[in-house]
Amino acid sequence: MKLLEYEGKDIFEVYKIPLLARYGVVRIGDSAESVKLDGPGPWVVKAQVLAGGRGKAGGVKIARTKEETYTYINNMLGMKMVTHQTHGAALTVEEVLIEAATALEREIYISVVLDRKEATPMIIASAEGGMSIEELALTKPECIIKMPVDVNTGLLDFQARELAFALKIPWKNFREFAAVAKGIVKIFADYDASLVEINPLAITKDGRLVAVDAKVVTDDNALFRHKDLEAKPDHESSEIEKEAKAIGINYIGLDGTIGCMVNGAGLAMATLDTVKLAGGSAANFLDVGGGANVEQITKAFQIILKDVKVKAILVNIFGGIMKCDNIAQGIVEATKKVKLHVPLVVRLEGTNVKEGKAILKSSGIKLEQADSLWEASQKAVKAAKTEA
Amino acid sequence: MSILLNKKSKLLVHGMTGAQGSFHSNLCLEYGCNIVAGLTPGKGGTKHFNVPIFDTAKEAVKTTGADTSLIFVPPPSAADSILEAAEAGIKVIICITEGIPVLDMVRVKKHLRRLEKDGRGVTLIGPNCPGVITPAECKAGIMPGYIHKKGHVGVVSRSGTLTYEAVWQLTSQGLGQSTVVGIGGDPVQGMNFVDVLKMFEADKDTHAVVMIGEIGGSAEEDAARFIKAHMSKPVFAFVAGKTAPPGRRMGHAGAIVEGNAGTHASKVTALEKAGATVVENLSHIGETVATKLKAGVKAGKK
Repeated sequence: MKLLEYEGKDIFEVYKIPLLARYGVVRIGDSAESVKLDGPGPWVVKAQVLAGGRGKAGGVKIARTKEETYTYINNMLGMKMVTHQTHGAALTVEEVLIEAATALEREIYISVVLDRKEATPMIIASAEGGMSIEELALTKPECIIKMPVDVNTGLLDFQARELAFALKIPWKNFREFAAVAKGIVKIFADYDASLVEINPLAITKDGRLVAVDAKVVTDDNALFRHKDLEAKPDHESSEIEKEAKAIGINYIGLDGTIGCMVNGAGLAMATLDTVKLAGGSAANFLDVGGGANVEQITKAFQIILKDVKVKAILVNIFGGIMKCDNIAQGIVEATKKVKLHVPLVVRLEGTNVKEGKAILKSSGIKLEQADSLWEASQKAVKAAKTEA
Repeated sequence: MSILLNKKSKLLVHGMTGAQGSFHSNLCLEYGCNIVAGLTPGKGGTKHFNVPIFDTAKEAVKTTGADTSLIFVPPPSAADSILEAAEAGIKVIICITEGIPVLDMVRVKKHLRRLEKDGRGVTLIGPNCPGVITPAECKAGIMPGYIHKKGHVGVVSRSGTLTYEAVWQLTSQGLGQSTVVGIGGDPVQGMNFVDVLKMFEADKDTHAVVMIGEIGGSAEEDAARFIKAHMSKPVFAFVAGKTAPPGRRMGHAGAIVEGNAGTHASKVTALEKAGATVVENLSHIGETVATKLKAGVKAGKK
């Protein structure tokens, strides 16, 4: 689960990580004036979207007066933002965070991330904060400090000191820094995170250490033991993706025109690849899973068809536990419930494939069958072109 | 010879009396697998499919001499099951469960490393995997047995149904398998490609290897380094996820391209440079392997 900046900062606050003063979060539909701006300012209005690079895309604005602040809030809400991290897509700004704008002296990068290969969480830090860690890894790898941490024991005091010395933290901010470093490791363990990142962790012109940004990503597999996180709105998934998740279907929307239904994530990925090789492009990734029944298949069809771009549907099922005759039955029942207005190509293989193919053939449903995934992909691509 | 599993393996099935465990144990028994014990705390003393059920792994091992565990326990307790098996003296642990929190697996790996140092090392396969099968000898997993055929191609994969697709193509070409190992789709796991390739290289009954990878992590790049330095047998590879969008988890917890890490291009390039034959079209795996092996045999080289 990917948390927005203000959600991450709410957690940071509990763990006593120093933050800039926050005035509030304004959502689309709220009036900008609903946020109480006391003090002389200046204020900073920040778009709450799940992508970095907001500054360059107009998602971070400094305002000197209250009027300016309200104007920025109104302009930003509903804005469609494209940053170098959104991969061409435009994210709609639905919420903005207002904080006290503060002059910064130094910017540091620090994060806790899972190192898959070593199978351990790792602190990654650099005295050169502000820019993306990927840029840094390419341009100045020698500036990056890595320290493996133990989730069970947390970050030890001497490890925090080591980091502080390596990052040349001013002596008067040492204790504060140690608390931040230990805090993010604790958050990582307590929340089952896969990333806890502060970029930048800054020293202000008046000598305070503050977390200017917060990026927290948690392990979806662990949501069952984090009811508070589970209850949070999913900011990453589209409406269709959320619907699919709710019924246990793994669905990711893509840009193409061929809707896909496959059993197994690896096979689903390979199906998308094969469709591309055949000259087409997939409208979605969909793993209907190992135990899909008529209901599941019906819902999968309905979900695929919610995407108006879909011009043909490709079903690729390798029945291991799933039996092909059950799948075929499911497809037949589903097409009765869902009006299929696009061509359907079905490729079945595996347990009871002969029976499955026979059921489809005698069903009277308008569909094409294929023996191999390659054949199925080519048929689907052709059908989608004809339909367009 | 095969690796990890053979007809002498004695299986302990954790969660044998649960829905998944029960369904699949039955199929494994039908395949001819030697399941000597089941583990369900609270049901010790009963029998299931004529197999004795135990309350603890230690009891099961003491009574039956089980040496291989097959775990069908739900995510919240699966990591604990792995450790219970390891502490009970089980040598090969196959965990099917999908959805185990990553940090639980980080703790498991730490524990297993300690056991390794104490000379009590175990081999873990998975989690989030279809299991391991040595055709005609033992099936420890959820794969359909009938698509496999005894032979000399070793298969190692991060996927489930994608593996079956590849295996079915091989079998259809008359190419049987020595052992098929599903290492699973999680980011932190037991055996990775290198570990399995090492075993295949040392196995006299494996003459060639088919490797099925996907985006995310660096397992394929590590494998490429190993292939270049240590493999004498031909390796064929397929990597799924060429068209996956960056930053999204494609079903498997470990299948995600993060920044520049774990891209399809990086894996394919590394494997090709290492001398592996990378197959671009999934539907052509079987015929590519068949053609090249025949050509290799004719030319008398690898």
